[in-house]
Amino acid sequence: MTAQQVRTHAIDMSSVLRNKGTQDTRSETCIKVENLNLFYGEKQALHSINMEMPKKKVTAYIGPSGCGKSTLLRCINRMNDLVDSAKIEGKILLDNENIYDKSINVAALRRRVGMVFQKPNPFPKSIFENVAYGLRIQGVNDKRILEETVENALRGAALWDEMKDRLNDNALGISGGQQQRLVIARAIAIEPEVLLLDEPASALDPISTLKIEELINELKEKYTIIIVTHNMQQAARVSDYTAFMYMGELIEMGSTSQLFTNPTKKQTEDYITGRYG
Amino acid sequence: MDNSKIGQHISGQFNKELEDIRNKVLNMGGLVERQIDLAVKAFINGDSEIAEQVIKQDNRIDAMEMDIDLECTQILALRQPAAFDLRLIIAVIKIISEIEIIGDLAERIAKMAIRISDAEANGYQFYELQHMADLVKDMLHGALDSFARMNIDEVAEITGRDENVDREYDSIIRQLITHMMEDPRNITRTLNVLWTVRAMERIGDHACYICNHLIYMIKGEDVRHLNQAELEKKMKDQLLS
Repeated sequence: MTAQQVRTHAIDMSSVLRNKGTQDTRSETCIKVENLNLFYGEKQALHSINMEMPKKKVTAYIGPSGCGKSTLLRCINRMNDLVDSAKIEGKILLDNENIYDKSINVAALRRRVGMVFQKPNPFPKSIFENVAYGLRIQGVNDKRILEETVENALRGAALWDEMKDRLNDNALGISGGQQQRLVIARAIAIEPEVLLLDEPASALDPISTLKIEELINELKEKYTIIIVTHNMQQAARVSDYTAFMYMGELIEMGSTSQLFTNPTKKQTEDYITGRYG
Repeated sequence: MDNSKIGQHISGQFNKELEDIRNKVLNMGGLVERQIDLAVKAFINGDSEIAEQVIKQDNRIDAMEMDIDLECTQILALRQPAAFDLRLIIAVIKIISEIEIIGDLAERIAKMAIRISDAEANGYQFYELQHMADLVKDMLHGALDSFARMNIDEVAEITGRDENVDREYDSIIRQLITHMMEDPRNITRTLNVLWTVRAMERIGDHACYICNHLIYMIKGEDVRHLNQAELEKKMKDQLLS
């Protein structure tokens, strides 16, 4: 990749933040991606990605299948470490610390960066134990602390009222939408800084989807959220910033209101208006 | 005609719907242009028959506006358009409202034509009136033409012509005042001429508003409250960027 190309990929967040439609211009950066390249074997899946994600805001990644948005998301808590053929170059800074530095403890990183997947994946345990799981593996066994944390996490995931009388029921017995919120409760029980959501609502019905979206809106008070979604209206509804990716490259990133009404790149325009790309 | 802006959706049906809306807007605009022609003709020739016809036709314009509005609402609800498609729909809703108002102004001219046709005709003022009518009709035609081509290269020039219209308007008003002062018996009749001139001046303004909506549609820039110099500067900057 030439220097020129690298420059065109670098998106200056300060100019993005100055864009109209963004009220808060003082938001600080939580995650900064610098010149990130990712290879699956010979095939390059991410090409020199540069982007910044502001703290306590929702950033959405959109783009066609195979554009690298999930791959990029998984880089942020080093999930791609689990893929043998994956090779990563470049940096991802979480609060100015490179998460690919040798000194980083990956388990500790994943405590700071929680992740929720497309299909809800509760453990075959009780609702209570699902949420308490993260604390238990950290060695917390104090009943009072566990109960308090579970209640707070379930409240945070807008699930407490529905679940408070059935905390000992098996988590696999609740609905898909509830399971997904339970998994979010499990993720926030250990109080991460960042929540990565990979298509969190794509397997849910419209009402459950709206509940998840409402939840995202509440969660951004406390967490930096990054969401991958195929549903562009969903990205438009829930996110403050949107990044459009295509063929492993970041094409355009901007405030969501600007990107959906007046994108600067033709590729973005073609994608969000449903034209041949 | 440049179809590249509204064609090329993966959904062929959506292409058709947008194309349909564009054609309907152009039909509506064409009808309003004819209405202005006929109304001015009726006024100048004191022909109340043509004027009646104009008044009757205004219903059709109102119905067209409601029809296009409904289609736009449906597209918003069913297609959730984004980017240019969204701006196109928003702009169309506003443009047809301007066109409808222009239709009402043509109707007003026709009503004045009926009023003055009762009085005895004297060729006074009508030469300048025709000139002013031609100016605003050209502006409207240019705006609709730009919409048809989805091209805003000429809109700043079109809005620039509004100054000529205003100058013409001021000069006609001055003459009308003189005329009224010369003989108070002229006042009733002269007021009718004045309302007509006023309606024409407003047609020019609404043609400018259509141009502003076109700039929003193509560039996403809201230029509604800029003066002509600011608008020209903005267009120049936009073309360079």
